[in-house]
Amino acid sequence: MTGNALETRSKVYIGMGTCGLATGAGAVKTAVEKWATAHSVKIDITPTGCIGYCKAEPIMDVVTESGHRVSYSNVTPDVAGFILDEVLVRKNYKLDGMLGQFKNGKAPLPGIPMIDEHPYFRKQVKYVLRNCGVIDPESIADYRAHGGFKGLDRALTMTREQVVAEMLKSGLRGRGGAGFPAGKKWQFALASKSDKKYVICNADEGDPGAFMDRSILEGDTYSVLEGMMIAGYAIGADEGIVYCRAEYPLAIERIKKAIVVMKGEGLLDKPIGSSGFQFTLRIKMGAGAFVCGEETALMASIEGRRGMPRPRPPFPAVSGVFEKPTIINNVETMANAAHIMADGADAFASVGTANSKGTKVFALTGKVVNAGLVEVPMGITLREIVFDIGGGIPGGKAFKAVQIGGPSGGCIPAEHLDIQIDYESLKTVGAIMGSGGLVVMDEDTCMVDMARFFLSFITSESCGKCIPCREGTQRLYEILDSIVSPYAKMADEEANLLRFNRVLNMESLAQVIKDTSLCGLGQTAPNPVLSTLRFFRKEYEAHIYDRKCPAHQCKGLLTYTIDTNACTGCTLCAKKCPTSAIVGEKKKAHYIVDEKCIRCGTCRDVCRFSAVSVS
Amino acid sequence: METAQKPKSIDDVIAKYPKSREQLISILQEVQAEYGYLSRESIHTISAYLNLPSSKIYGVATFYNQFKLNAPGQIQIAICRGTACHVKGSLNLLDACRQALGIEVGQTTKDGLFSLETVACLGCCSIAPAMMVNGTFFGRLDKKRLEELIEKWRTAGRIEE
Repeated sequence: MTGNALETRSKVYIGMGTCGLATGAGAVKTAVEKWATAHSVKIDITPTGCIGYCKAEPIMDVVTESGHRVSYSNVTPDVAGFILDEVLVRKNYKLDGMLGQFKNGKAPLPGIPMIDEHPYFRKQVKYVLRNCGVIDPESIADYRAHGGFKGLDRALTMTREQVVAEMLKSGLRGRGGAGFPAGKKWQFALASKSDKKYVICNADEGDPGAFMDRSILEGDTYSVLEGMMIAGYAIGADEGIVYCRAEYPLAIERIKKAIVVMKGEGLLDKPIGSSGFQFTLRIKMGAGAFVCGEETALMASIEGRRGMPRPRPPFPAVSGVFEKPTIINNVETMANAAHIMADGADAFASVGTANSKGTKVFALTGKVVNAGLVEVPMGITLREIVFDIGGGIPGGKAFKAVQIGGPSGGCIPAEHLDIQIDYESLKTVGAIMGSGGLVVMDEDTCMVDMARFFLSFITSESCGKCIPCREGTQRLYEILDSIVSPYAKMADEEANLLRFNRVLNMESLAQVIKDTSLCGLGQTAPNPVLSTLRFFRKEYEAHIYDRKCPAHQCKGLLTYTIDTNACTGCTLCAKKCPTSAIVGEKKKAHYIVDEKCIRCGTCRDVCRFSAVSVS
Repeated sequence: METAQKPKSIDDVIAKYPKSREQLISILQEVQAEYGYLSRESIHTISAYLNLPSSKIYGVATFYNQFKLNAPGQIQIAICRGTACHVKGSLNLLDACRQALGIEVGQTTKDGLFSLETVACLGCCSIAPAMMVNGTFFGRLDKKRLEELIEKWRTAGRIEE
């Protein structure tokens, strides 16, 4: 024991969402437990969800002797012991990697910045994510202590019509992609007469590059379920289904646990108080199909069939799952609904723009310094998100574009960086709000390759029901493939020329797919192509005319050469080349046989003399 | 995911489910969790249990990416091919993995140790490029670290962190 007085009880919070765990939060927890045993201190460790600053994970918060919660970033098991030594024993809070202190109603610790003043959090408005990374997501008591179930309590004192009116007043639009007003959906479902109605929470977050819903489910599980119960009360449904993708094991586990706890508390399966409202909840695991994010496909999947969409009408609010009126809202919408009922519609509507109210959670990823989850008010500019919150592009590279909206969205170039984030403004540049994936790209990203990437995703995820999507996207992919293929891969001279012809037809083909596809997946599938074509035509031209990829990404168009002057003949590259495409004698310059080269880049990576160049 | 004890008989696995089509995907998921894949026999058993043609079950099983119809390796590597991972070079990672294991996507090594697949998005884009191995996430990967991990697991014959 040290000479300093040591509290016998302390509290530590560790961010243990999927990203925290993947970066070693588990080991940090073990280190804290070890430290506690060694110092004979009882430390309560609260695992929290993700606070959103994923770059700084693992994050550990320590509660000081004065009761202030101070957050530290990039904690390794060794550092964890050091932090505990400093904070709990030596009472020294100012350490490297400190993010700041949380507000707790008391006078703040002098000399320690507030965490909301941290550059990453300063411009954010935490509405939906208010509890993520703050509370223990598995503790219903903690959720209640932070205002949980106030929304449900308030809703139950109102009539169904009043709840729907409140939602309409808030102006909340669906956060899943299309932005249909949530209150309208509820209104239609309430108007449908039926003995049985369903509430479905769409947690099949299929957009590659998006993980907002995972973080909410992992970090504030109860808020989503509360939102579903409010929706259930509002439309007169007695059953809710969470449709969650199987790739989120932690989220599924937490939902299952939460449902058990809620049953124990008498919130589910029996009438609540005098309201007579009774609700039951269950979870259904998705099985990995992007198209199941489309509501009619999702319902088919719940019924145990292939997840294929069907034409609407009838809309789900009239005839949905098992042919009963159903509302489907995504995770973020449900969580928003719970908070709107608790805080009132006016508080929600005071944030945002005229037609897009509230906040939006974005998953900021790709070539950006501070990758993570950000919640910003609607109306903020893209520049503020990427540069002020995201910290710009790493390595001093130039910004090229932001991809927003996943496979249904578009790429926004540098000249539109000052665009406001709201549903309408994004449409003017050929993008959509989508569910909230923001992938930042720098000068090393090839836009043709991006378009091709999204199309290859769509072709494998198209359900195959309607022809424009099934065949059209395949043809579109072939066109892009042909322009990134080397001359040597062309079947004959004719094919080489036909390349131009096909490119000319690309836009009209994209338009046909857009106009004639059955569901949202197909109707938006050509967006990545159209938007890159609109803003990065020059890059397409370089690929088509010059057979060059300016960003050096399209492997088919690259040539690897060895600089004979720089090569020392160390033979390392020849040994490492997987296809034995490098020939040469020891201590003499080597040579790459282009026909054998598969452009894996291994030679360039292993060369110690920077003799391998790519063009 | 891996269970050391003897697998339950398929009848035990499915008996707790009501005999309705609605349960089909859940049943398939649990059977796959138990045996690692959906064998022809298990599809026939489920077909008899639900009174649903095998062709319908096969249709569902092939529609969803999650279901496997062949036995996977002991160590199942799933490389994320989401947008963020793509931008951060997951294709090179996949190539490195294919070369290190000598198999293509969807195949299993001859010794039954490794199988390789891709997944649309693991949802941990902030630590891209990422992969999931038997349910455990690995992030901020590069070619070198991936090759080291594979080598380590190959020598050990199982996953070691």
